[in-house]
Amino acid sequence: MTAPAVARLSSAVREEPVACDGLHAEYDDNYQFSIPDADIEESGLSEDEFETLAADHEPYVTNWAYWNEDRADADDAFLRWLEAADETTVPERYESLRAGMSRSWGELRIEVRLDDGARRYEIRHSDDVGEDGLEPHDEPLDARSLVTYDDDGRYRPLKTAPSLPHGWVFADQTGRECVETVEYIYPATVANWYLERQGELDIDHWEPTIGRQSGIYGVVQTWNRGDSHEHVNWVAEACCDDSQCVKRREWQYDEETDLDVPGGDGEFPCREPCSLVIAAARKWTRLEGEQEQAYEFTLTPSEKEQVEEIIDAVADGRADEIREADTSDPANRYRARYLRAKRFDEDGNLSGTATESSE
Amino acid sequence: MQALVVVAHGSHLNPDSSTPTYRHADTVRETGVFDEVATAFWKEEPSFREVLRTLNSEEVYVVPLFISEGYFTEQVIPRELRLAEFDVDQWDSDGTSASSTTLRATDVDKTVHYCGPAGTHDAMTDVIVRRAESVTGDDEVGEGFGLAVVGHGTERNENSAKAIRYHADRIRESGRFDEVHDLYMDEEPEVDDVSDHFDTDDVVVVPLFIADGYHTQEDIPEDMGLTDDYRTGWDTPTEVDGVNIWYAGAVGTEPLMADVLLERARDAGAAVGTAVEEVREQTRAGAD
Repeated sequence: MTAPAVARLSSAVREEPVACDGLHAEYDDNYQFSIPDADIEESGLSEDEFETLAADHEPYVTNWAYWNEDRADADDAFLRWLEAADETTVPERYESLRAGMSRSWGELRIEVRLDDGARRYEIRHSDDVGEDGLEPHDEPLDARSLVTYDDDGRYRPLKTAPSLPHGWVFADQTGRECVETVEYIYPATVANWYLERQGELDIDHWEPTIGRQSGIYGVVQTWNRGDSHEHVNWVAEACCDDSQCVKRREWQYDEETDLDVPGGDGEFPCREPCSLVIAAARKWTRLEGEQEQAYEFTLTPSEKEQVEEIIDAVADGRADEIREADTSDPANRYRARYLRAKRFDEDGNLSGTATESSE
Repeated sequence: MQALVVVAHGSHLNPDSSTPTYRHADTVRETGVFDEVATAFWKEEPSFREVLRTLNSEEVYVVPLFISEGYFTEQVIPRELRLAEFDVDQWDSDGTSASSTTLRATDVDKTVHYCGPAGTHDAMTDVIVRRAESVTGDDEVGEGFGLAVVGHGTERNENSAKAIRYHADRIRESGRFDEVHDLYMDEEPEVDDVSDHFDTDDVVVVPLFIADGYHTQEDIPEDMGLTDDYRTGWDTPTEVDGVNIWYAGAVGTEPLMADVLLERARDAGAAVGTAVEEVREQTRAGAD
């Protein structure tokens, strides 16, 4: 394994000095080789002496060879982040890599390990760590259809919704394949994460984003109310909470005005309100155009709490999990049906109270 | 390096909406003539907004998988891709003749060749005919047959009907079918009365839509009388008022659509080698 990497290094050094993760090598009539971390600094070396010394420090050389491969900057940064390359020395890292190093990316668990001296990558759902019998995949493109539906067979319109299906693994990938697979599962997340690390992420806040909408979405511009941004807090709480999306919301109301709800703890950023947020905001713009009015309902205290529990169960996506016979849960189906039977009139009005006061 | 980006509408509700886009992009990817082939959507991910930054290529060919020129190709896509210098006059189009314009996007250091929609390319005429071959299972279909090209109508965009008429005229001029008519969902001549418009005993009906969905799988089949309830399906052909209707479903699902994407990019300067010929041949074999 070492010989080709060493030969590549000595020829690369003749072109230009090499510096990678603590390894420095140069050529100027003769070779110079240094690894300060290992107290090595040799100069005036012949090619044979240089290659012998390099071969004695194989991990540094194969490490250089790997990171010297042609790769996009964002991909390079992502793969280096996976093995904490900027935080560890090469010998420490190689020891860890032999056992395997893991990072989380949204709901993914990505492991990199050294296999016969070469880096191999494995991707699976983080819940599936330690699971055997997962469906094996090799082709990055397979990921696209794997993540179209959730475990219950429902279409996932938002790729970063925390509903990634389970049961599959990409067990043996190259770095390039690994990044490609991640891109199919969470599109554009590596690119935006990299821009953020470079301090160059172009965030489009709520105001400019809705300002550029047109067609049927132009109406959302009418929802803004001068200085108040409370409604956008509600939008972000409804749609962008960690329970709804694994991105970390970086967009705010505008450049000067932060929203009051948390942006989440996601590894990668969300740089502008997405199409789902805009489509939902269009609906809310219309609904919020209505005037409030007072209604009078007659409910027992438990019934009032039951209505609140039903809203919570739907909002938290819990309705499907409530057991059929669990009548202690206020959002249980029988409980809801009983409430409807008792409190709705024949027109479906709660407590017999008409929606329109003129009715 | 050169990249092809296929941009399409997509859907928050219908997972089949993006299927043709993915399939045709895959076909182009397999030819190997582009270093990268990406897809981007108005309603799915990556969004138009963020696709360019995922590419390594400096030369990017963007082809809208849309049926006609209009709101999406002229406003939404260039705006969302940040093609700030785009002006519809650069296309110098009569409504169906947009080819391409070369621009810079403001967020990435790339040259973007922004192409006209797939739906108005001349090669689209061949896709409609190929669709007729596919649905009848006859590579020579034409003699004794009528062909109806069906569009949404002009309600929102007059170019939409122009594209339908353009291809219907070209097929009619080719003389391959006994009769060719353009029909619409929302306006006269209406697709509801398809048999009234033809003297032939057999009519192939090809809706000029990119993906199968509500219009092509529910609305049009019921309006034409192929079925009372789309959920129960229909036969191909189905006899309606004494005419055999061969209903083809969305033309955009025809594998030959991949060729239109390639030709759009080639017309804009992409090096595609012999991929056009390969895809034409390969999608024919696949259709048989």
